[in-house]
Amino acid sequence: MSNETIEAPLGMTAERQAVVAAQGAAPDKEWIIVTRGIKREYDMGGEIVRALRGIDLAIQRNEYVAIMGPSGSGKSTLMNVIGCLDTPNAGEYWLNGTQVSKMSDDELARVRNKEIGFVFQTFNLLPRATALHNVELPLVYAGVSGDERKHRAKEALARVQLDNRMDHRPNELSGGQRQRVAIARALVNNPSILLADEPTGNLDSNTSEEIMRVFESLANQGQTVIMVTHEPEIASHARRVVVLRDGLIASDDRRSSFVEKLGISAPAL
Amino acid sequence: MPFLEAVRLALQTIWVQKLKSFFTLLGVMIGVTFLIAVVSIIGGMNRYMSDELVGKIIAINSFELRQRPSINIGDNSEEHRRELRRRPPIREADIEPVTAVLPPDVRWAAVGIGFLPAESKYQLRPKPVRVYTVTSDYFDIKRMAPVKGRLFSPQEYAHGSNVIVIGQDVATYYFAGLEPIGRELIVKGLPYSVVGIMESQGSVFGQSFDQFIIAPHTSPLNRLVNPHGVINSVMIQTPSSGGMISTMENVREVMRVRHHLRPNQKDDFELQTSDSALEFWNKIKGYLVMAGVALPAIGLIVGAIVIMNIMLVAVAERTREIGIRKALGARRRDIMSQFLVESATLSTVGAALGVATGFGFAKIISLMSPLPAAVELWSVIVGISIGAGVGIVAGVYPASRASRLDPITALRQE
Repeated sequence: MSNETIEAPLGMTAERQAVVAAQGAAPDKEWIIVTRGIKREYDMGGEIVRALRGIDLAIQRNEYVAIMGPSGSGKSTLMNVIGCLDTPNAGEYWLNGTQVSKMSDDELARVRNKEIGFVFQTFNLLPRATALHNVELPLVYAGVSGDERKHRAKEALARVQLDNRMDHRPNELSGGQRQRVAIARALVNNPSILLADEPTGNLDSNTSEEIMRVFESLANQGQTVIMVTHEPEIASHARRVVVLRDGLIASDDRRSSFVEKLGISAPAL
Repeated sequence: MPFLEAVRLALQTIWVQKLKSFFTLLGVMIGVTFLIAVVSIIGGMNRYMSDELVGKIIAINSFELRQRPSINIGDNSEEHRRELRRRPPIREADIEPVTAVLPPDVRWAAVGIGFLPAESKYQLRPKPVRVYTVTSDYFDIKRMAPVKGRLFSPQEYAHGSNVIVIGQDVATYYFAGLEPIGRELIVKGLPYSVVGIMESQGSVFGQSFDQFIIAPHTSPLNRLVNPHGVINSVMIQTPSSGGMISTMENVREVMRVRHHLRPNQKDDFELQTSDSALEFWNKIKGYLVMAGVALPAIGLIVGAIVIMNIMLVAVAERTREIGIRKALGARRRDIMSQFLVESATLSTVGAALGVATGFGFAKIISLMSPLPAAVELWSVIVGISIGAGVGIVAGVYPASRASRLDPITALRQE
């Protein structure tokens, strides 16, 4: 990846071209995520809150992108739209070449199951199920049979080095272990994107480093990773940082220039 | 989510909160217990009635030719009662033509019935007793035997002697502490010698069947119970149930001719079988069945309301879990079926427990009372099916609410 500096979202870059080219036609599958003019508004007791005011974003396969912004910037809303948990009021969203912005609830559920792997700040594991069963859950909804499910879940747990703990319940695991179970669950269906929402928010600094190393290793293995965070230090682990402010993209930089701009030290690669 | 998976998940969820689950399914369990118990009790009463009770009043394979039915529950209208009063009585003269059409292996007896005051030297307070004047086969047909003494001899029948056999209650009331046989009972001034005491005929609903005296058909008592030439009934018994209907129809033919009935006129006499006597019980049974439906229904309705409420609470408590499942790809119908299966499993388990306790109830009843209460298979099947159905119906609203939760909001729950 070149070290280009993208000063503003309106620059004529490959990403911008992809967004423009998507007008009326599905973009090339090399672009895993293409959004055009995404708007999302809520009616909060009479007052209209414009969470997203027109997002043009293009993300390629195998990118490791951080979406940053202060509270109220719309980053959570953008994550929900990217993760197909929410539908935009206006604009288009192509995921892996398919337009998902107009899909029905059932179709979106299927997309979430097959294409998206969620990792949450609060882990969101089922408390009364074992680690293995937690990881199996997406496969249950994908209709995979019992034996194959177990096998694939064990494999996923092995990828995060937790196959020795698969019969433990979440309350028998440490925070870092729980997050790793959540990551294994997110990976088990081989999703197009791994979508992490403040994944280290509930972890101490050592464990945070540990988890960030897991994401790094997954990104190196070719997984597309999108991480939403409000912490610049966490964002600087990614290779591209998109900053949101007031519902719009304020900047979109490669890591080196992002680090440079903020004057923080880049974490060791 | 495939069905077996969902059932396993449901059982797991129920098992984790055993006590709470138990209280939730209690209503359904009680409703089904009632159903099993009531069905077995009514079934037992039915058997008791037709085998024990009616078998005592009306001998098996027998019917009676009477002027009016002995038990008349049913059409109680003024018109019907007038019609009954207008009927001609059965006469001595009818005996010969009727018995002439009977096959040789059929038994018959003529019976006169009345209610007369009786007294004895030893009991100065006269009481009315039931008086039967009968021909000799009566005792065979009704399978009545003396427990002391003897029945009448052919000579006594032929001469119309003043002899009687008495029931147990008559023996104790009029001859307290003494040997009744050889002593006399006085009815309307005439003495009658006691030759035998009959075995106890039991009682039903507290009414004793033992307050009777029986005399030969030719005895003077016959003139006291009926006007001249009139009898109360002719009892006819066929050796098996097969021949009874056709014999009955033959008798009907004879009587219609004797009463000069035209083809379009109804019978003006009664051919009473145990069926008609059972009408009384059938009417009561109708009311019992209503109660038998109402009680379980109440239990099941309460059970349904409880299950629905508990499921609503469960949905509220597990909102976050629902959000997680939806985020991972569960569709509305996956969530819906998960909770529907849970409530259906809950109520089916409750129904199964209800069957078990119903069994216990029926066992206790059959041990502690004369009723042969036995659990009937159909009530078990109905109980479990209705139990499962209740769970599904009760779970629809909570499951539908769960399925319609917005995953984003749901994930924000505590």
